[in-house]
Amino acid sequence: MNSFLVVFVKEVRENLRDRRTVLNTLLTGPLFAPFIFVLLINTVVTQELEKAEKPLPLPVVGAQYAPNLVAALKQQNVDIQPAPADAERAVREQDADVVLRIGADFATYWNKGEPAQVEIIYDASQRYASGQAGRLRALLDQYSERSGALRLLARGLSPKILKPLSFAERDQSTPQSRASQLFSMLPYFFILGGFVGGMALAIDTTSGERERQSLEPLLANPVPRWQILGGKLSATTAFALTSVLLSVLAFAVVGRFLPAGKIGMTLEIGPRFAAGAMLVMLPLTALLASLQTLVAAFAKSYREAQTYVSLLMFVPAIPSMMFSFVPIKTQAWMYAVPLLSQQVIITRLLRGDFVPVSGFALSIASTVAALALAYAAATLVYRSERLAISA
Amino acid sequence: MIEVRSLRKTFGPVVAVDDVSFSARDGEITGLLGPNGAGKTTTLRCLYTLMQPDSGSVTVDGIDAANDPLAVRRRLGVLPDARGLYKRLTARENIAYFGRLHGLDEATIRARSDAMIAALDMADIAPRRTEGFSQGQRVKTAIARALIHDPNNVILDEPTNGLDVMATRSMRQFLRRLKSEGRCVLFSSHIMQEVAALCDRIVVIARGRVVAAATPDALRAQTGAANLEDAFVQLIGSDEGLAA
Repeated sequence: MNSFLVVFVKEVRENLRDRRTVLNTLLTGPLFAPFIFVLLINTVVTQELEKAEKPLPLPVVGAQYAPNLVAALKQQNVDIQPAPADAERAVREQDADVVLRIGADFATYWNKGEPAQVEIIYDASQRYASGQAGRLRALLDQYSERSGALRLLARGLSPKILKPLSFAERDQSTPQSRASQLFSMLPYFFILGGFVGGMALAIDTTSGERERQSLEPLLANPVPRWQILGGKLSATTAFALTSVLLSVLAFAVVGRFLPAGKIGMTLEIGPRFAAGAMLVMLPLTALLASLQTLVAAFAKSYREAQTYVSLLMFVPAIPSMMFSFVPIKTQAWMYAVPLLSQQVIITRLLRGDFVPVSGFALSIASTVAALALAYAAATLVYRSERLAISA
Repeated sequence: MIEVRSLRKTFGPVVAVDDVSFSARDGEITGLLGPNGAGKTTTLRCLYTLMQPDSGSVTVDGIDAANDPLAVRRRLGVLPDARGLYKRLTARENIAYFGRLHGLDEATIRARSDAMIAALDMADIAPRRTEGFSQGQRVKTAIARALIHDPNNVILDEPTNGLDVMATRSMRQFLRRLKSEGRCVLFSSHIMQEVAALCDRIVVIARGRVVAAATPDALRAQTGAANLEDAFVQLIGSDEGLAA
């Protein structure tokens, strides 16, 4: 048997015997992440639904000055509440999302046919409250427009003259694309799955083996070091890949329980998504495993290796974060950047968008190139004399 | 047959091995004796090509270590100072792993493992996972895996370190057995009695240099000392670090 394979088989077998680590890396990690993800999405969706369906609670100051307006609001599913002692304070303290204040001179202006002022008191820095204020503004606009139309009609004029411009909105978002903003963190969950899957072995086979004093006898065997490294790397990659595969499968199953349909979103998480995601994740997982091994081999001790590898975990989060906060247009060059290309491709697959074959090819080629570099660097570290000797 | 010529190895400003030359012959036990920090381990590491010497040469059975390190390693059985085992594998699996790395077929590995397990009297521990092994059981397993490929040359770095009296005795018997099989046995030690009891030839190293290389009797004659201990102290220049 080839030495490369001998090392691979031994590392896999030894790691499989460590039940607790196997359970953690292969089950807890890949299953936990999609679970959290679904939980997160559920919370967001529930909030969206509540916003649309629940009555708008509205404390009103001076409701007695505009009984018609208040009655009209009540008809529009607004829950009129008694006025707080200090409206501004109530909003600042988040006791109320939005408060409506009607002045004592409201009726005077209204009857004279002049603009009668009402105040909408809210805190724009509260995301949810500012949505509620928008709802109230729309209701007040409707009321204002309707009353204005009636006044024009009373003077024998057509309300149309106040509408020189008529517009209609044509939203080009598809249900998938609306969902995609929510799901741009998903690639990171897959990457994280691979990371957690490979972490234990990456450290164990390098600085762990050195610390347990078994690396020096191993290197005394008549096997070139690159073959030993290759075997160890492949074992790490195999576990990382299993982890990613389980992550993708778990998501494909759990994803069906997402209430996305309730807010008009559909997700493309069929076999096409799973196959495409695995295809681009394959070289990336190998790259991450090499980087983990490189970093862990470079470290002087097991503890140091753990610190470095944990820090490395934040690197793949960068593109995912970027995409979930700032909408970025997909550009051709993005397919040529490892990590970024996986982010773009998986997100597009999820949205049901087209991914060109050249995109797949570029992504895989660039990631394999980076993998070759990482492997070469790891070989260099492995060739150094310092490596085998435990401090 | 192991031959070392003018070996020199430095780590930055520290000269670990200055100028070491000696040879270890087949069918003999050669002892590398010296106080702690004399350069014994570094010399041995250069022999099994873990380290590259700055200058000088190492040949094993006529093969130059600098030219063909893999061939040299194939002819060596090595028990390094570090003798960690894979604790989630059994002793037999630990041995077989090294057999496979030597490219042996499964039948040979089985036969050789059985022979080593019998020779080292470790049949009771062979099927057990090595986690929780005593120091003696660990050394036995480490030796068995080091010799799985039936090498002509055996290098052991302080093989009796941490062993109790009984384990030390059986280790000595085992080394004599390797010698009687016609192998070249080279081991390092800082314990004088051990070297005196076992060796056909003694190479005394101090501060990275060979200060004497001869049979125990010749050493006594050379220094004019009545016993070996006095001879060593005289050779090394001080009794610092020489455990009695």
